[in-house]
Amino acid sequence: MRFASVIAIALLVAGSAFAAEIPQAERRSGYDFMKPDTKAMQDEDTANPGMLWVLDGEGLWKRKAGAASKACADCHDDARTSMQGVAARYPALDKATGRPIDLEQRINSCRTNQQQATPLPFESRELLALTAFVARQSKGAAIETGSDPQLTPFLAKGRDLYMQRQGQLNLGCTNCHDDNWDKRLAGSAITQGHPTGYPLYRLEWQSLGSLQRRLRACITGIRAQAYDYGAPELVELELYVMSRARGMPMEAPAVRP
Amino acid sequence: MASALVNVPAKARRGDIIEIKTLMSHVMETGYRHMASGELVPRDIITSFTCRFNGSEIFRADLFPAIAANPFITFFTTATASGKFEFEWIGDQGFSETASASITVE
Repeated sequence: MRFASVIAIALLVAGSAFAAEIPQAERRSGYDFMKPDTKAMQDEDTANPGMLWVLDGEGLWKRKAGAASKACADCHDDARTSMQGVAARYPALDKATGRPIDLEQRINSCRTNQQQATPLPFESRELLALTAFVARQSKGAAIETGSDPQLTPFLAKGRDLYMQRQGQLNLGCTNCHDDNWDKRLAGSAITQGHPTGYPLYRLEWQSLGSLQRRLRACITGIRAQAYDYGAPELVELELYVMSRARGMPMEAPAVRP
Repeated sequence: MASALVNVPAKARRGDIIEIKTLMSHVMETGYRHMASGELVPRDIITSFTCRFNGSEIFRADLFPAIAANPFITFFTTATASGKFEFEWIGDQGFSETASASITVE
């Protein structure tokens, strides 16, 4: 009897230790795990390849598009003031649908509703460029995603997905990014999974990519079926991981190995 | 949508060694990869990069497959006089891009 209760207590302790979230003071951006040369690449605007997309995005911001023949700048004017801190609040609630949408989806909703243009495909150069340009205006701003109380049910769904074991390897996000972030996997740092710099330039991709692309790559890595781009589950997961990073400064466009 | 990022110090003292950094947007397709249908993806790389200072060539690099996308090329030179650096990237499929930057030497 006593033996059984000892086991039960041990299980409880282990359970609480493993499901624990990373305390505020111990949270570290993926930047902290990088080698000095990769850090230097991100730190300098003329060495950061992500800035190539930001430059393209600046051009697209001013270019008229769609049947309405309007440019982003016609409504939002100078992005340096109008888009400041915006990316630090996404994914945010879309009033029209009552669901959270990420920055890419917001840009596309603006394209279809305001510019009356066709939405840009996910991971297309144009969409990444516009997203990078908008996200860049929030550099250094503290992440505020998830503070809207109307997002609570979606945050809970995202958290469930983050905790849930899935795939042939039977792993949840939390098993690596909360429990083992101080260790390495096949020589690479595991990191805490804070999406502070998206869209970011990944050396492995040789390109800029979105948070959805990163999440899909991770889901494929645990040998589960990845959700399609724009799937509600993926956006809820984005919402939860961004809210985990609340208070951390935005780095977009970041560089990661 | 090709664009270049160039970093040249705006000012330098005569005789200073300065670093010039350039970043060019390019996919750098090696020409060794195959599509799902089995066809070879045609090679599409930057083949040459040159830097001229006040019209005379001071740096040149020939590029080959297996160089990363968006190549970042940096080199050092000695600041001798005020003037203009002109950069040129030439590549496959008629690719050609230029950029320039000025320096004041005191």
